[in-house]
Amino acid sequence: MKAAAPTYQGSREEFLTTRLDALVDMLRQYGVNWARKNSLWPLPFATACCGIELMGVGASRYDIARFGAEVMRFTPRQCDLLICAGRVAIKMMPVLQRIYMQMCEPKWVISMGACASSGGVFDTYAVIQGIDQFLPVDVYVPGCPPRPETLLEGVMAVQRIVEQEGIRTSRERGRGLRLTVQPAAELVQIGTEARS
Amino acid sequence: MTKTVQRVITALQEAFPDVDFAVAPLLAGRRPEEEQVCVRVPPTRLAGVMRFLYEDRRCRFEQLCDLTCVDYLNFPEATDRFGVTYALLSLTLGHRLWVKCFVNDPDPEVPSATGIWQGANWLEREVWDMFGVRFTGHPDLRRILTWEGFPAHPLRKDYPLRGRGERENYEVIHRDSA
Repeated sequence: MKAAAPTYQGSREEFLTTRLDALVDMLRQYGVNWARKNSLWPLPFATACCGIELMGVGASRYDIARFGAEVMRFTPRQCDLLICAGRVAIKMMPVLQRIYMQMCEPKWVISMGACASSGGVFDTYAVIQGIDQFLPVDVYVPGCPPRPETLLEGVMAVQRIVEQEGIRTSRERGRGLRLTVQPAAELVQIGTEARS
Repeated sequence: MTKTVQRVITALQEAFPDVDFAVAPLLAGRRPEEEQVCVRVPPTRLAGVMRFLYEDRRCRFEQLCDLTCVDYLNFPEATDRFGVTYALLSLTLGHRLWVKCFVNDPDPEVPSATGIWQGANWLEREVWDMFGVRFTGHPDLRRILTWEGFPAHPLRKDYPLRGRGERENYEVIHRDSA
């Protein structure tokens, strides 16, 4: 919060009114999105090993609760962040689409891992080659499976999207920002000289 | 080959003298007491042979461990295309037997074993789904892994690994529509 909080100047009787005013001011300044981005409720759509990593993110060592996103709900009605962790078979795709449609607006989607984002190594007749062919995806998290830190980076990317979007409806915001989490470390290729 | 299996083979050859069972070890190089035996049965005689293996007191194969199929398309030295394979186990006598039944295109057909082993029901549905081998007399021969209306049998060797575009045919959901 950058703006200075309104200082209390009134008498004792005005206390409650003043604080309510401050609250309304704050909501006007920062929008509902400030609250929204710090209380993302994920729906863990975990179909494969990425789901194990997702559990690791939820547990105490990495602790997704630090970002206010620890409330994993298993009903789409109560969620606003769909984390698709793992490969999606063709038969599973209508299920995923229905779950997405059952989520209330506003909603965001993280495609976690190589399989959900592109099919990964499973380039077969039965596996969807990237859920973004059939669903709007906001953030792609790379990795096979991604490290917990990478997923946390993805959650933070969703938080940035929520912050920047304002309280526009999905109709206004179109296809989203489509950010990709960049790996923090620079990749160094090993042993190229020896091979060539 | 153990003694009990030897007795099974003898019983089979006595009961079906006109069938060439082509008795052979399933894998080469095993010790005789560990060796598992494979017999070949033509599809026309399969129902009778299976009933015999289940009922005869020298055989007593109460359990169907597995039922699967192999596509021998372009396999070296293979003469038939589909080998429907049954893995049988006798719990009372403690022996095993593999039964192979070879069928060919078009319309590969095998009599169903569901009348003998209830567990064959889903296994035969899987073989139908993946290989397109039809089981006559099956009570409910629907696809089990792919969905109804899937146009192919994907474990056939002439089916492309990446499919024929089945995975691209879904409705796309945009932000505006959901």
